[in-house]
Amino acid sequence: MSTSSHHAVASHSASHGSRAAYRAGSILSIVLTAIPFLLVMTNVLPDRGIIAPMIFALGFIQIVVHVLCFLHLDTRSEGGWTLLAFLFTTIIVVLTIAGSIWVMYHLNANMMPMPGGPMDGSVH
Amino acid sequence: MTQHVTIAREEPVIWHLAEEEHPASPTGLGFWIYLMSDALIFASLFAMFGVVSTAFAGGPGPRQIFDLPLVALNTAFLLASSITFGQAIPHMEAGRVGPTRFWLAITGLLGAAFVGVELYEFSHMIAEGAGPDRSAFLSSFFALVGTHGAHVTVGLIWIATLLIQLGSQGLSEAMKRRVMCLSMFWHFLDIIWIGVFTFVYLYGVIR
Amino acid sequence: MTDTLAKTVFGRLSWESLPFHEPILLGTFIVVVLLGLGVVGAVTRFGLWGYLWKEWFTSVDHKKIGIMYIILGIIMLLRGFADALMMRLQQAIAFGSNPGYLPPSHYDQIFTAHGTIMIFFVAIPLVVGLINFVMPLQIGARDVAFPFLNNLSFWLTVSGAVLTMISLFVGEFARTGWLSYAPLAELAYSPDTGVDYYLWSLQIAGVGTTLSAINMVATIVKMRAPGMTMMKMPVFTWTALCSNVLAIAIFPALTAAFFLLMLDRYVGTHFFTNELGGAPMMYWNMVWIWGHPEVYVLILPAFGIYSEITSTFTGKRLFGYNSMVYATVVITILSYLVWLHHFFTMGAGPSVNSFFGIATMVIAIPTGAKVFNWLFTMYKGDIRYDVPMMWVVAFMITFVVGGMTGVLLAIPPADFVLHNSLFLVAHFHNTIIGGVVFGLFAGMVYWFPKAFGFKLDPWWGKVGFWGWVIGYWLAWTPIYIVGLMGNTRRVNHFDDPSIQPYFIVALIGAVVILIGVLGFVMSIVMGFVKRKQLADTTGDPWNGRTLEWSTSSPPPAYNFAVTPVVHDLDAWHDMKTRGYRRPASGFKPIHMPKNTAAGIILAGLATVLGFAMIWYIWWLAALAFAGLLVTAIGHTFNFKRDYYIPQDEVARTEAKRPLPLGAGA
Repeated sequence: MSTSSHHAVASHSASHGSRAAYRAGSILSIVLTAIPFLLVMTNVLPDRGIIAPMIFALGFIQIVVHVLCFLHLDTRSEGGWTLLAFLFTTIIVVLTIAGSIWVMYHLNANMMPMPGGPMDGSVH
Repeated sequence: MTQHVTIAREEPVIWHLAEEEHPASPTGLGFWIYLMSDALIFASLFAMFGVVSTAFAGGPGPRQIFDLPLVALNTAFLLASSITFGQAIPHMEAGRVGPTRFWLAITGLLGAAFVGVELYEFSHMIAEGAGPDRSAFLSSFFALVGTHGAHVTVGLIWIATLLIQLGSQGLSEAMKRRVMCLSMFWHFLDIIWIGVFTFVYLYGVIR
Repeated sequence: MTDTLAKTVFGRLSWESLPFHEPILLGTFIVVVLLGLGVVGAVTRFGLWGYLWKEWFTSVDHKKIGIMYIILGIIMLLRGFADALMMRLQQAIAFGSNPGYLPPSHYDQIFTAHGTIMIFFVAIPLVVGLINFVMPLQIGARDVAFPFLNNLSFWLTVSGAVLTMISLFVGEFARTGWLSYAPLAELAYSPDTGVDYYLWSLQIAGVGTTLSAINMVATIVKMRAPGMTMMKMPVFTWTALCSNVLAIAIFPALTAAFFLLMLDRYVGTHFFTNELGGAPMMYWNMVWIWGHPEVYVLILPAFGIYSEITSTFTGKRLFGYNSMVYATVVITILSYLVWLHHFFTMGAGPSVNSFFGIATMVIAIPTGAKVFNWLFTMYKGDIRYDVPMMWVVAFMITFVVGGMTGVLLAIPPADFVLHNSLFLVAHFHNTIIGGVVFGLFAGMVYWFPKAFGFKLDPWWGKVGFWGWVIGYWLAWTPIYIVGLMGNTRRVNHFDDPSIQPYFIVALIGAVVILIGVLGFVMSIVMGFVKRKQLADTTGDPWNGRTLEWSTSSPPPAYNFAVTPVVHDLDAWHDMKTRGYRRPASGFKPIHMPKNTAAGIILAGLATVLGFAMIWYIWWLAALAFAGLLVTAIGHTFNFKRDYYIPQDEVARTEAKRPLPLGAGA
């Protein structure tokens, strides 16, 4: 039945507000991409220690902007199911990445480091 | 039978629909769920990269091999393609086939430029001896960025297919649905790329 | 010159790849070929190819796809069970100077194939098959959300199973255990085709499973009958939803892990190697991110089946429906936080181990809550001990023991003693057999009359039941004991003769399970023979409570002539008690999806691609890949995918139903 051709397009594009959102998203995403590249490429900030948290924060904000303005995620589309799926996925993504790195970090810290192994970051 | 009395309501109970119902298409939601699962494939690849991101094994590290101006150019291509896709959507919704195809084609060209630059970057690195078999760090770099590039390539094939189908089918409801799905796919790849340039390239160079 | 030519044309494949030198394999091969020829001959003789192709292989009807999944699962169960018997026999005789009849290389392939087949090609197809068949009926839908995708998912699963079966006779299967741990599975240590067979068959089948899970979730979210709110959904549908959500969340991790291992083997990367910075334990990590939730993917639908059966056969509404739903959701989320308990001994240290140990113990709480719900449903109920209900009771007794040994293993210090022991092997067989397999049998017996219009033969059903239950306890109690003594798994020969009696008892247990398997097969055969006596003319043979029992057995292609409106959790029970009358007229044309051959063609090409990649036949792989691409794109040019069943045909079909009402009312 999914293949039938006479149903309305899935309701996830609330088409009127979306154009303004697209414009705002486009401008924001250009800015949010440009800043981290400039931060890293031009050495404006002498202290490299604070650049890392800044680019991660900017990346996070940009992802949120893209999700809201380009994918039009909101509480209404598909009766809230897309939002629920997105939040669930976000949790799983965080668990996968943070969990793996946490587990593997402890493993490397506790076990004998092997030459050339993951902990052998000395040479580059 | 006592139940019958207690539950009885004022109006007669409707047990079935008189007309055939036409439920809204599940395609949008289904494709969204697919994107979520794809995001988890990328999450696994990011986790792999995170775990071995300093396992250089005596080989080159990010500072030697990443060419940030090139990455910036590539990022600009992909970001621009996302914005041009956004231009196609209002035309698609209004049923204007010509402008929809035009903006889709522009998006495809920008996407092709992105893939081209990425292939150049890869071949350059391999020629310099920094191929995927050099170290775990490089393996995971090529796997993560390459998988993203493969997705963009699939997106290009999809755009080409839709350009042909829009010519023969016009903007029927089915075709509108396909363009919407492709739009979600394309923006999704852009979001993954934000993770790639932040976590892999920029953070790699400054850490 | 001819050598390089042969390499280009056939890759690694040569006459040596065929098992002429292995009498056991050769014998099996001949038997399988004869059986296969027999089946092909019979189908040709009775002219059934057209019927099978039109009505089954290309069908997008969720009921037929569900049945085909279950047939696949049962066939593969026979294969996997044969492997189990061979292992039990080997372990019962291989003591002291007796090496047994299976050399280590063959034994290793058997335990790898057994585990792989039982999880990927028995448990998953049976679970997916039951969900496919039952769930759309339970929610009052005409089909699933994406009928073509459903057909494709099934054939991709078949493709994986076919590749695994080919490995029996062409080349070898993996010898690396059912999860093919790195670095053993790397090219340096497993250079032959075994691991490649493993990776390609599971990767292809895994795509099918992921697509199917997406399909089922979209179906449950979008296609429920009017009035069926989330909290009026039958428990089986709830568990199907959670199980499939979980599958979507975890299969990507497995796909990624296999993909990276493939890159290691084919491209020479260093993800999981011992050299150049590779992190072999990361493979374990990724594989278990999939692996632990996977057991919940399998058991949640089984919990749903037990819930439906308990409520039906006690004649009561399920006790604690809300808590059942919440427990299911909590298990879905918690199951993602326990993966590391599969490698406590890896050395991640006390902080990591404590976290995952506690999370593992916590997950026992919602599971325990469910057991109490079933018990309270039975309490003061009017229990009918038909075969499905017998399975439920056996499950509760057996599974609780498996759960308890699981909590034992969740304690990291205890796990350091029991890791990789036969105690662990007994534990997971206890939960998988006592939880999943019993549930699948219960479900198959319960819904069989809905699918085919007659019940399974109850006498043989009871033989099957007692064979499995007694056999299970006979086979696995001794394994628990020798495991606690410290015997390790995956060993094909023991030196200490004092433990031989345990393995002999275990072998006897396996033979009793064989009686159980044959009893189940006989219950189908005798059910078919006595199908007139056992016929279900009402559509509601068990006095059921959910919507699937409101339509005829077997249901028509369109499931429901009119879309039902739901007012209560036990929708059909509600309809029966409040005097619902089935409409006899006023039908409308019904919109249905068309059959398509695209699914089976795509899966066929995927099989060729997998085989060519396994044997390094690059030209064939390139051809198959191009074929896949062209077929997939070509399929999107097919815009005529639906048709209408005219209303007089609906009226005629409905008039054939013998009674105006479900007779159970």
